[in-house]
Amino acid sequence: MNLFTPLSWNDAGFILTGILNTVYISVIAIVVGSLLGLLIGFIRAESNKTVNVFLGAVLDVLRSVPLIIQLILFSTFIGVMGFPLPPFVTGSIILSLYTMAFMSEVFRSGFNSVPVSMVKASRSLGMNYLQTVRYIRIPIGMRAVFPSWIGVALSVIKDSALVSVIGYMELLRTAEQLISRTQQPLMILIGVGLFYFMISYPLSRYGKYIERKMEI
Amino acid sequence: MIEIKGVHKSFGDLEVLKGIDLTVNRGEVVSIIGASGSGKSTLLYCINAIESINKGNIIVDGIDVHDKKTDINALRQNLGMVFQQWNSFPHLTVLENAALAPQVVKGFSKEKAEEIATKELKHVGLGDKLHEYPTKMSGGQQQRLAIARALAMEPPYMLFDEVTSALDPELVGEVLDTLRLLRDDGMTMICVTHEIAFAKEVSDKVAFFHEGLIEEIGTPQEVLDNPQKERTQQFLSKVL
Repeated sequence: MNLFTPLSWNDAGFILTGILNTVYISVIAIVVGSLLGLLIGFIRAESNKTVNVFLGAVLDVLRSVPLIIQLILFSTFIGVMGFPLPPFVTGSIILSLYTMAFMSEVFRSGFNSVPVSMVKASRSLGMNYLQTVRYIRIPIGMRAVFPSWIGVALSVIKDSALVSVIGYMELLRTAEQLISRTQQPLMILIGVGLFYFMISYPLSRYGKYIERKMEI
Repeated sequence: MIEIKGVHKSFGDLEVLKGIDLTVNRGEVVSIIGASGSGKSTLLYCINAIESINKGNIIVDGIDVHDKKTDINALRQNLGMVFQQWNSFPHLTVLENAALAPQVVKGFSKEKAEEIATKELKHVGLGDKLHEYPTKMSGGQQQRLAIARALAMEPPYMLFDEVTSALDPELVGEVLDTLRLLRDDGMTMICVTHEIAFAKEVSDKVAFFHEGLIEEIGTPQEVLDNPQKERTQQFLSKVL
């Protein structure tokens, strides 16, 4: 009996599921991480030193501890506590928090880049605090840091590969399974690398396009 | 009417305003002159509550600006302000810059806000720039945009804080022309300015500030042509 079977067209659906799962968890992490990051970044830009030292410490932990360790620790922890969650949920939570930690710094510097005089000008027109945040500080600040935002989003797509360690069937784990069946690691990993490129490249191009459009 | 009564303002240990009394009637143009650091700009900031005050009152049409119960955002709609730096909103077109506050603050429809904004932009000579982005315009044009943006709120009072100081000399004229236009419209204006000749031409009253106090106040002829106080004379001899 042949233990190993070569890659065939029958694997296409399996690979596609892996690709979609990578896209799926990346989009969730980028969206949730950006929204939370916007909120935390705003709080940090508005807060005094005490709040910032505390928040900074929490975010530093999230940013400094390797993602793979966070994933394993968290999934083991909730397992031990008796609340095991599906790998997709665990992965989404940790990847979103990890993304939030980076996004909050991006957005904080965005908020800080809006000149105080710009805020005074909008307040002098009668806009209240929240209106100024909504119509002036967010749009101007976020434009300033858009390139950094794209950078974080791109790295999240690549980092999502690590969620494979807790058993989520994303692109890399799909590839690993195919490798163990076919024993063709080189070809499969090149293929998977290409897929990551194909997911990331349009986002990178889109970022460039928006940047150019905003330069007017 | 804007009534300023015994206003004191300190930044930490530094007392910038040491008891200012000034009344500005509807339709009047009042210019404030004086050396840097004399408190001129600070007074404007206090009038629309961008800065708090330590003592005294500022009353605008019977409303105490610094009373905690005053709805400051509602009051600011009556006090248009233009700064030394024009602070155009870079993410919005010229038209959107001027239409934003009427829409957001007054709750006007987009059409109505843009109609008012267009009218004011045409008034300051920017009718052909409506759909451009302000970052592409000159400082003089952006400053006129800032004036139109404030006017679009249709305030009865306008406060000008050294609006020509940050401009290249060749662009000062167009902004001063815009201010003359407003004077001719009968707008009530307080202008903090270094343009003595302009102050002389447009003002009903000129106030000379010195170290946080009004040293001398009167008609342009009184203060600028025949200053009585020695400090006013010294200041004018330096700037003229």
